[in-house]
Amino acid sequence: MGSLEKSVHSTGHHGPATGITRWLYTTNHKDIGTLYLFFSLTMFFIGGCMALTIRAELFQPGLQLVRPEFFNQMTTSHGLIMVFGAVMPAFVGLANWLIPMMIGAPDMALPRMNNWSFWILPFAFTMMLSTLLMEGGGPNFGWTFYAPLSTTYAPPSVTFFIFAVHMMGISSIMGAINVIATILNMRTPGMKLMDMPLFVWTWLITAFLLIAVMPVLAGVVTMMLMDIHFGTSFFDAAGGGDPVLFQHVFWFFGHPEVYIMILPAFGVVSEIIPTFARKRLFGYTSMVYATASIAILSFIVWAHHMFAVGMPLAGELFFMFTTMLIAVPTGVKVFNWVATMYRGSMTFETPMLFALAFVVLFTIGGFSGLMLAIAPADFQYHDTYFVVAHFHYVLVPGSIFALMAATYFWLPKWTGHMYNESMAKLHFWLSFIGVNITFFPMHFLGLAGMPRRIPDYALQFADFNMVATFGAFLFGFSQLVFVYNIISCIRSGKQATDRVWEGSHGLEWTLPSPPPYHSFTEPPVFTHPYKENDRGV
Amino acid sequence: MRRRIGRVLFFAGLFYAPLVTAQWQVNLVEGATEISRSVYNLHMIIFYICVAIAVVVFGVMFWSIIWHRKSRGAKAAHFHESTWVEIIWTIVPVAILVSMAVPASTTLIQMYDKNSADIDIQITGYQWKWRYKYLNQDIDFFSTLATPREQISNEQLKGEHYLLEVDNPLVIPAGKKVRFLLTSNDVIHSWWVPALAVKKDAVPGFVNESWTLVDEPGIYRGQCAELCGRDHGFMPIVVDVKSPEDYQQWVAEQASLKVAEAASAQQEMSQAELMSRGEEVYKGTCAACHQLEGQGLPGIFPALAGSPLMTGDPAEHISVVLHGRSGTAMQAFGEQLKAVDLASVITYERNSWGNQGGVVTVQQISKLLKE
Repeated sequence: MGSLEKSVHSTGHHGPATGITRWLYTTNHKDIGTLYLFFSLTMFFIGGCMALTIRAELFQPGLQLVRPEFFNQMTTSHGLIMVFGAVMPAFVGLANWLIPMMIGAPDMALPRMNNWSFWILPFAFTMMLSTLLMEGGGPNFGWTFYAPLSTTYAPPSVTFFIFAVHMMGISSIMGAINVIATILNMRTPGMKLMDMPLFVWTWLITAFLLIAVMPVLAGVVTMMLMDIHFGTSFFDAAGGGDPVLFQHVFWFFGHPEVYIMILPAFGVVSEIIPTFARKRLFGYTSMVYATASIAILSFIVWAHHMFAVGMPLAGELFFMFTTMLIAVPTGVKVFNWVATMYRGSMTFETPMLFALAFVVLFTIGGFSGLMLAIAPADFQYHDTYFVVAHFHYVLVPGSIFALMAATYFWLPKWTGHMYNESMAKLHFWLSFIGVNITFFPMHFLGLAGMPRRIPDYALQFADFNMVATFGAFLFGFSQLVFVYNIISCIRSGKQATDRVWEGSHGLEWTLPSPPPYHSFTEPPVFTHPYKENDRGV
Repeated sequence: MRRRIGRVLFFAGLFYAPLVTAQWQVNLVEGATEISRSVYNLHMIIFYICVAIAVVVFGVMFWSIIWHRKSRGAKAAHFHESTWVEIIWTIVPVAILVSMAVPASTTLIQMYDKNSADIDIQITGYQWKWRYKYLNQDIDFFSTLATPREQISNEQLKGEHYLLEVDNPLVIPAGKKVRFLLTSNDVIHSWWVPALAVKKDAVPGFVNESWTLVDEPGIYRGQCAELCGRDHGFMPIVVDVKSPEDYQQWVAEQASLKVAEAASAQQEMSQAELMSRGEEVYKGTCAACHQLEGQGLPGIFPALAGSPLMTGDPAEHISVVLHGRSGTAMQAFGEQLKAVDLASVITYERNSWGNQGGVVTVQQISKLLKE
C-alpha cells in the first residue's frame, strides 16, 4: 500500500494510525472505501470458487465431484456471497471513496458508524461460511430460501444463516443512512441536487431503496426464526400459515434488491461514457427521473418472480403490466448512453471498454427480462436456465463489469499510479469472451427445458453445459489478471496526473492523485461539472 | 511425431464423441397443445421485437464507435438534451409494449379457463416423487425416477432417457380436457412439462389448478422445477398420452392390478425373499436419504446402521415407516408402498449392515394397514 502511505504524508498532520490499528479504528472514508473494496474482492473469489465447483460438476452428466446435498449448499452460498458479499459491499466501497470527493465534502457524515458498518461484515460472512463445516452442512435451500424448505426442512445451521443475514442488513442500513446524510447535508455550497454527478444521484436513490427493503428482509428471516424455534406458523400450512406469504415478503425485498445492485452501476457508466466520448451526458435530467422511476416501479413488480405460484388472473395481469413498464425508463437510460456516444470523439481505454460491454450485455439481459415479463411465456422460462442466463447477464456483465470499469477508471486517482493498460485490455477481452461463453448457452439450455439448481441433467443438455463450463473457467481464471494489475498499480506505476483522463470532469479530478488523506477540508468552489466540457476539452 | 498425432486424435475424439449424439436445441418446443403453441408464438414475437430493437440500438452504438472515434479525427458535438427525442423514445416503447401486452393477456386468460374438465387428477409433490390420484376413479399411484443409481454414479452407461424416466407415468387420454389439482406433502415443488406449457407450483396446504388438452398421443417428459431439497434434480415427470380407446383399456387394467395387489398382501415370503426384494425397495425409496450403506447423513438424515430403532421393538420401527415423522423428510410410506414392499424393506433394514432385528411378515403389515 505504498501509495496510500504516501497520501498520508502529503497532508503533513493528522495522518492515520500505523499498522493494523489504522484499518481497525479508521473513520476515514478513503480507508473504509478501500476496506470495502478489498473485502468485496475476497468474497468475489470465494463465491467464484463455489461457482467453479458448480460448473465443474455440471461439465458432464452424472455425479462426478460433489454430492447433491453439497451441490445445493454451493448454489446457495454462491448466490448469497455474490449478492451480499461481493456486489453490494463493492458499491458501498465506491460510495465511500467517491461521494465525498464528488460533492466536495471532507468525509462521510457519520464516520464512526461508517467504521462499524464495515466491520460487521467480516464477522457476518465468517459466520455464514462456517455453516458449511457444521453438522448437516450450510444453507442448502437456494439464495431465495423459500419456506418450508428453509424452515421445517432446513439443516440446523439455518439459525446461523439467519443471524448472518441480520448482521448484513444492519450493515447495509447504516451504510445507506450514511450515504443519505452525506449527500443531503454535505454538498459544497452551490451544488444543487440537479448538479450532482449521476453516480451520486443513483446512490442517493439506492440508499433509499436499501432503507426501505432491508427491514423487510430482516422481518422475513425473523419470521423464519420464530417458526423454527418458537413454535409459530407463519409459513407452515399445517399450523394455519402460508408458505406463499414467505415468497411475497421475500420478493418485496428481493426485487428492489436487484435494483440496489444495478442503479449504482448505471451511475458509474453514466460517468465513464461521457468522459471517453468527450461529450456531455445526453439527457441528464431524464436520467435522474428514469432512475427514480425504476426505483419506484421496483416496489410494485415483485410477484413476477412468482407467476407459477398460483396467483389469481388479476394478479398475474397486474404484475405482468407493471413489469413490462420497467422497460420504458430502462430503455431511456440505454438510449441516452447511445446518444451520448453519437457524434462524440471516442477513445477506448479499459474503463470505456467495460462500460461499452456493460451497455450491450446489460441490454441483452434486459431483453430476456422483457421476455420473462410475459406471464404466459414465463411458465416456460420460470426456474430454468433461461432465468439463470438472464440474471447473470444483468449481474456479471452488468453490475460486475460496471465495478471493473469503475476500478480502472478511478484506480489512478486512488493510488496515484496508472495501471498497466495492455494487461487491463487483456483482462477485458478474456472476461468479455468468458462471460459470453458461460452465460449465452444458458439461454438455450433453459429454452430446451433444463431446470435450474440441479446437480445432474438429462443427456440432451450435455453439450451446452460443457461449453458453459469452459467459459466459466476462462472467466474465473482471467480475474487473476485483474488482481495482479490492481496490486501492481498500488505498488508502482507511471505517476498519474490529477485529471487522469483527457475528458474527465467533476470535483474528484481537481484533487491530486492520490488525494490527500483528508481532502476538501475547505469546501471547494463549485462550477458545473460539464461546463468545462462545453468549452470543448 | 506419430505419438503426437495419436494424442491429437485422442483429444479430438474426446470432444467429438459427445458431438455425435449432440442435440444443440436452442429454442423452446412448440409443444402438443393449443396453449403451448400460442405460448411459443408469444415467445417468438417478443424475441423478434427484442432483436429489432437490438439492431437499431446497437447499430447506432457501433456506428458511433466506428465513425465517431477520436483516432479518425472526430470532434465531439455539443448537443446534450432534446425534450422531443426523450418524449419519442418514451412513447414508442410504450406503444410496442401495449401491442405485446394484448396477445399475452389473451393467452393468459385462456390458460385460466376454469370450465369443467373431462378428467380431474390430483397431483401431490413428495420429496422426491409425484403422486397421481384420479378423482372419481379408483386410481392412485406414485411415480418415481426409474433411472438406476448406477447410471447416475457413472458405473453404467447412461440410457436414452437418463433422468427423464419414471416407473409409473401419468396416463391421460388425447383430445380430452384434463384438469390438474396440485398440492404438496412437504416442501414446494413445481410440476412442469414443457410440451404442455404447464408449470404450476405444488404448495403444501394449498390446491393449485391447471389444465391441458393434448391433441396427439405420445410421451411427454418434464421435471420438477422448484428446488425441493437433495434430490430435486431426480424427480422427473412422464406423461403418457394415449388414444381414448387405449386409455379406457389402461383404466380397466388398473382395476385388475388392484386385485392382484390385494392377493399379494397375504402371501408368505421367506427371509431371503424378503431381503432381496427389500434391497430393491431400499435402493429406490430410502437410499437417497439414508444412503446405500444405511449410514445416513449426519445432522440431516439419521443413520439406520446400528440404530436402536432397527434392533428394538419392531412395532416402533413399523410405525415410523408407515406413518412417517412429522416435520421431517421422513414420509408416511404406509400410503406409498404395497404391504409386501413394506414388509420387505423393513426386514431388510432390520437385518443389514450389522443390524439383527428379526423378520417382519407381510401379514403383519397388511393387518396394520387395514386398521
